[in-house]
Amino acid sequence: MNERNHTTTEDFSSLPPVIQPGYTYASITDKIAALVLTRRTPRSWFIGFAISFLLLMVFLFAVAYVVTTGVGIWGVNVPVGWGFDIVNFVWWIGIGHAGTLISAILLLLRQRWRTSINRFAEAMTLFAVACAGLYPLLHLGRQWLAYWLLPYPNTMGTWPQFRSPLVWDVFAVSTYATVSFLFWFVGLIPDLATLRDRAGSRLARIVYGVLAMGWRGSAIHWHRYEMAYLLLAGLATPLVVSVHSVVSFDFAVGIIPGWHATIFPPYFVAGAIYSGFAMVMTLAIPLRAIYGLEDFITLRHLDNMAKVILATGLIVVYGYLMEFFMAWYSGSPYEQSMISNRVHGPYAPLYWALLACNALAPQVFWSKRMRRSIPVLFVVSLIVNVGMWLERFIIVVTSLHRDFLPSSWGMYYPTAWDWATYLGSLGLFLTLLFLFIRFLPMISIFEMRAILPTPGENQKA
Amino acid sequence: MATKPPIYGLMAEFDTPDDILRAARAAFEAGYRKMDAYSPFPVEGLADALGFRHTRLPLVVLIGGVIGGLGGFLLQYYVSVIAYPVNVGGRPLNSWPAFIPVTFEMTILVAALFAVLGMLAMNGLPMPYHPVFNVPRFRLATRNQFFLCIEARDPLFDRDRTWAFLESLNPRGVYEVEH
Repeated sequence: MNERNHTTTEDFSSLPPVIQPGYTYASITDKIAALVLTRRTPRSWFIGFAISFLLLMVFLFAVAYVVTTGVGIWGVNVPVGWGFDIVNFVWWIGIGHAGTLISAILLLLRQRWRTSINRFAEAMTLFAVACAGLYPLLHLGRQWLAYWLLPYPNTMGTWPQFRSPLVWDVFAVSTYATVSFLFWFVGLIPDLATLRDRAGSRLARIVYGVLAMGWRGSAIHWHRYEMAYLLLAGLATPLVVSVHSVVSFDFAVGIIPGWHATIFPPYFVAGAIYSGFAMVMTLAIPLRAIYGLEDFITLRHLDNMAKVILATGLIVVYGYLMEFFMAWYSGSPYEQSMISNRVHGPYAPLYWALLACNALAPQVFWSKRMRRSIPVLFVVSLIVNVGMWLERFIIVVTSLHRDFLPSSWGMYYPTAWDWATYLGSLGLFLTLLFLFIRFLPMISIFEMRAILPTPGENQKA
Repeated sequence: MATKPPIYGLMAEFDTPDDILRAARAAFEAGYRKMDAYSPFPVEGLADALGFRHTRLPLVVLIGGVIGGLGGFLLQYYVSVIAYPVNVGGRPLNSWPAFIPVTFEMTILVAALFAVLGMLAMNGLPMPYHPVFNVPRFRLATRNQFFLCIEARDPLFDRDRTWAFLESLNPRGVYEVEH
């Protein structure tokens, strides 16, 4: 009966299934748990981890050098006081947004396809926010005084300036990191209990057991658990929109041409979701191939993500058009010269590359055939990641490098230390991600059980 | 202190969510109240079948949100008006529109903390030891099997009659749960 039901739904929608037919509660559990507990770690994991760890060491070296020497080692200078640090901060935090979006908004919208990808997307969020959070701290110059940003009664009698978007950022990013962690950890509790009950070694049983906190799947616990999860999703949904809006306020509240735009909050949020989904895709495609998860992360997921990328990409393009329109419509010569500088100025090649990456590349997703082609999906997702990074660079640097007076114009060139910090943060991100997929279930096991079609006779086997 | 019953309870094992739902309803109808069902994923209506209808968690989260929002705003008011007033372009000291982002973030933060900690506290977690884990097959409760445990402290509990009752529900097996 189970089989038949499944085929009829298939014929009806003609979409690939969210999960390949033939799985039972037991086989789903065993397959995902085995990735962590019993299956031999693939060689590609060791290679990937080694490279990531090397990059992480580069990062630590660059961080140590900037802490001991000062931000003078970076390319930032007088007209361009915000360089790679802010570019990377905004880029990383944007990448984080897809995780929360998949977890929270798609949960509230009852999109069952989110289940196979939400766990590692949430992990990606956490690690991306960790990378993002480091940049504002590093660019302080005197990093050991970072706690001055927090409101606490100090002996100097001073307090943070709550009218400043930079202080809003402190609250937005730390709230976002905390809530993302809570959401991720709450989602993990039942799966940690599964690992505890299935682990072979005593050490693994103890570690997973402590983390699972004695979860035993009681019906009443589940009842409260589901309520808590739903409420967290409801809280995370406005949060995710607010975080990138606040990040955009850092710019929009300034009177610099190119920053002072009311389109910024929605345009930044769309861009964040755009780059976040691109990153989920970039990670999901190799993961499903290496770990044989094609049955769980199906073409349906990739197809849906491609559609989200296309839709948010169009919103981002609308943002670009609005910047042109507002420069023209405002009649402000500074805005107009900023736009012409973007198009013709010294950073014009980057601007055109940005348009090619963000506006042109995702248009291939109008075609269903392209949305189902793994190489196309992977390449476009990489292009979008690059494009969104270029967008942050263009916004930060081209607006700063030409001030209102030509006497205060200048250029910004990143130094080797800028690059080391940037590539190194990729190492931090990937190292954490590799550790995550090695030690925790990268797909939510209990939610996969729950989305199985009606429990048929095959469950009894 | 009342004497401890010799065992924690009796546990029956079922194969499907439908079976456990039916069994829980039957046990509730038979008058058992001190019992719990265990499943590898949330089964809709199972808590309801055990007689557990409402959780006060939403109220707890609401209280958390109110505390966070008020706390966030009052903190900014105190800082900007009383403790460290700074005149920024002649704007009022209580420039509340500028305080909205932090107020909002604090609302979400405290509400989310209350949601998670409230859920864990109401569920009595973390709990390092629980008798149900003494049943060897209970390991499968986090994989694919469903369990119904009637506890010995239930007034209707009688080892033999409860055993027979659980057997009548057509389970895969019935087990004694030691303390």
